[in-house]
Amino acid sequence: MPGSITSDIVKPPSPPRRGGFGGGGEGGGSDNRGSSRRASMTGLMVLLAATTMAFAAFTSAFVVRRGISNDWIGLPMPRVVWANTAILLASSLMLELARRALRSGRRSAFNRYWTAGTALGVLFLIGQAFAWRQLSAAGIFVATNPSSSFFYLLTAAHALHILGGLTALVYVDVQALSLQLGPGKRTAVDVSALFWHFVDGLWLFLMFLFLVWG
Amino acid sequence: MSSPVVIHAHHAPQGFIRKYVFSLDHKVIGIQYYFLALFSVLVGVSLSLLMRFHMIHPEAKVAWFGTLWPTAAQGGIMTPELYLSLMTMHGTIMVFFVLTTAPQGGFGNYFLPLQIGAEDMAFPVLNMLSFWTTLVALGVMMSAFFVQGGAPLAGWTGYPPLSGIGPLAGPGEGLGQTLWIVSIAIFCGASLMGAINFIATIIDLRCQGMSLMRLPLTCWTWFVTAILGLLGFAVLLAAGVLLILDRSAGTSFFIPEGLMVSDQILNHKGGSPLLWQHLFWFFGHPEVYIAILPGMGVTSQLLSTFARKAVFGYRAMVYAILSIGFLGFLVWGHHMFMSGMSPYSAMAFSVLTMAIGVPSAIKTFNWIGTLWGGKIRFTTAMMFALGFVSLFVTGGLSGIFLGQPALDLYFHDTYFVVGHFHMIMGVAAIFGMFAGTFYWFPKMFGRMMNETLGKIHFYVTFLGVYAIFTPMHYLGIAGNPRRYSDFTNFDFLGKLLPVHHFMTQAAYGTAAIQILFFINLFWSMKYGKKAPMNPWDATTLEWTVPSPPPFDNFGGHHPVVHHGPYEYSVPGAPRDFIMQTDPPFDDPSSPNASH
Repeated sequence: MPGSITSDIVKPPSPPRRGGFGGGGEGGGSDNRGSSRRASMTGLMVLLAATTMAFAAFTSAFVVRRGISNDWIGLPMPRVVWANTAILLASSLMLELARRALRSGRRSAFNRYWTAGTALGVLFLIGQAFAWRQLSAAGIFVATNPSSSFFYLLTAAHALHILGGLTALVYVDVQALSLQLGPGKRTAVDVSALFWHFVDGLWLFLMFLFLVWG
Repeated sequence: MSSPVVIHAHHAPQGFIRKYVFSLDHKVIGIQYYFLALFSVLVGVSLSLLMRFHMIHPEAKVAWFGTLWPTAAQGGIMTPELYLSLMTMHGTIMVFFVLTTAPQGGFGNYFLPLQIGAEDMAFPVLNMLSFWTTLVALGVMMSAFFVQGGAPLAGWTGYPPLSGIGPLAGPGEGLGQTLWIVSIAIFCGASLMGAINFIATIIDLRCQGMSLMRLPLTCWTWFVTAILGLLGFAVLLAAGVLLILDRSAGTSFFIPEGLMVSDQILNHKGGSPLLWQHLFWFFGHPEVYIAILPGMGVTSQLLSTFARKAVFGYRAMVYAILSIGFLGFLVWGHHMFMSGMSPYSAMAFSVLTMAIGVPSAIKTFNWIGTLWGGKIRFTTAMMFALGFVSLFVTGGLSGIFLGQPALDLYFHDTYFVVGHFHMIMGVAAIFGMFAGTFYWFPKMFGRMMNETLGKIHFYVTFLGVYAIFTPMHYLGIAGNPRRYSDFTNFDFLGKLLPVHHFMTQAAYGTAAIQILFFINLFWSMKYGKKAPMNPWDATTLEWTVPSPPPFDNFGGHHPVVHHGPYEYSVPGAPRDFIMQTDPPFDDPSSPNASH
């Protein structure tokens, strides 16, 4: 059976499927059971590298644009972003507690923590929308000043990644709540949690950027 | 002997849609990419012929020009703006949809899993999405021809302010330019999906025994190309988002203050067009290697196969590929020597640029070393590989001139640059594709291409491209500017017009002979001689399976690799090549063991 994104991630590793066969001898290849998980983890790392590059490009544009111009006016940060930051950190914490619970076989605790983490992720997005509302109510729009352009741009780009992450979190949650989270789907749990931690870290970086340079 | 015994064959889906359209099979997706690139190259080359025609007949009235472009070629006479839009679309289509697509998406997709002993790419659905997203990007790009104002004028580099201020900047700078940016952004997404798949596949799906130092050099080049694409396209995507915001949301990332266009002062303020240049070329220079590296891999593979010798200095070749990839990210500033950058920065970029000459020279000398003393089989595929080496050296040498700020200040806006990048990035990469086509066609379609037609096609194309692009260097030295649509009104260029006439005729001839290639390609698919499993006596894994390969590549077998990729003419062996899957040499059951 040909694989798919989801089947590569969630299907049990045996019987042998397309890709990932071969033994570990003589330096190459991998064993049958681990290759799908390893490929998924590699794919995630590569995706994170691409995301890092895109945000590095935005950051360099931010720093250069701020440095060359005399029209930059510091952005009054909406207070709600502090609450949002706390919510996102709590969300990551919940996912980590969920993973620990899964490792020790406490499935209902996993379900609780994972659902809480997902809900906090949704809450973060709502909070970000609220931050945008506050800014626009104060007459600060995308084109008002380069500082606001970058704030809207970077928060929107980050929100897109949050949306992608939430899709994965919801998928795992639905599987878990419908009692279909078999051992083969542990990769989906790990991949989505790691991605979530990454976007969490990315948000901390953006906050640092806004506070120090914005 | 450790032959595979466990067999888990997988059968192809039977429905037409799943088998040929929305296929998850890397081989079908590879062929889809290949045909997408073939279509694109037809469009791209047609645009270049129109440009060459216009350069020598700027006042010509051609009725069907008027039919095709009622506004931009009113009365059948091409306007300079139309010329610029042809130039923009030629460059864009060739760079993104041909040079980036065919070597990696086409051949890479088809042969990477086969060469590393995998059943498919790591994420087949992502692979399918990558192709279809590329097709959508191509559709959006092509649609720019048919919207009000026509295709954009800002060149394949999309420099602001021209590209950032909308219809005021000229015809094509309205919706046409927006579509251009959207298409490039979609293409970036597709390339990122492809890169994730290539990297995960090479790292995790190699079969038993396929250590990194047993990878065919083609796989190494696809690997490094994927890394370059991953890092480069992410940056281009970010830059494209900023540019589209400048166009549509009134931001000022790239548009400076006080800019007056078409008698209007723009509202933007404080942006920097140079910021775009930095972001663009941070992608743009690695893009050159995205185009050329797979060609280098194919060339190494073919020179070894057809010289019946191991690649000279395999490890050095691997390190050279890695060095070129790494240095490729440190030299983007050499595209911007004219931007007024600090001479110290220019010197740093210049030194780093010159440094790329070292791994490039290693590769060239190793290719020559591979050929030295070989029993060369002059197949068409080999001829194109040799042509690649020739073009790579020619194009590379002119790069040494351009990499020096003092010389670049003079050459930068002349035809010298056009000659340089067409040689190294355009034609050399396309020779790599031709080489790959003639070499792998038997595996892909189960039949052989016609060698006589192939040789005629090679010789005329080889002479043709030199006839087109060598004179450009002379034109550049003589001061002939590039991007002009018409040279007839400048006294100092009058004496150079015969050279332009010659180049245009050469372009017509070279384009015409490509018809022979297309005839050979499509005729051979149906009527070519049946291809055996291993027509070239080659060693890598794709030649251990039937032509064309079964759906799951190895029929459920798990290949085990015991040899390097280029074990030719090994002393004591009964035949002059050892397949990678042949049993170890000292195994008495080995066909290579002395009996």
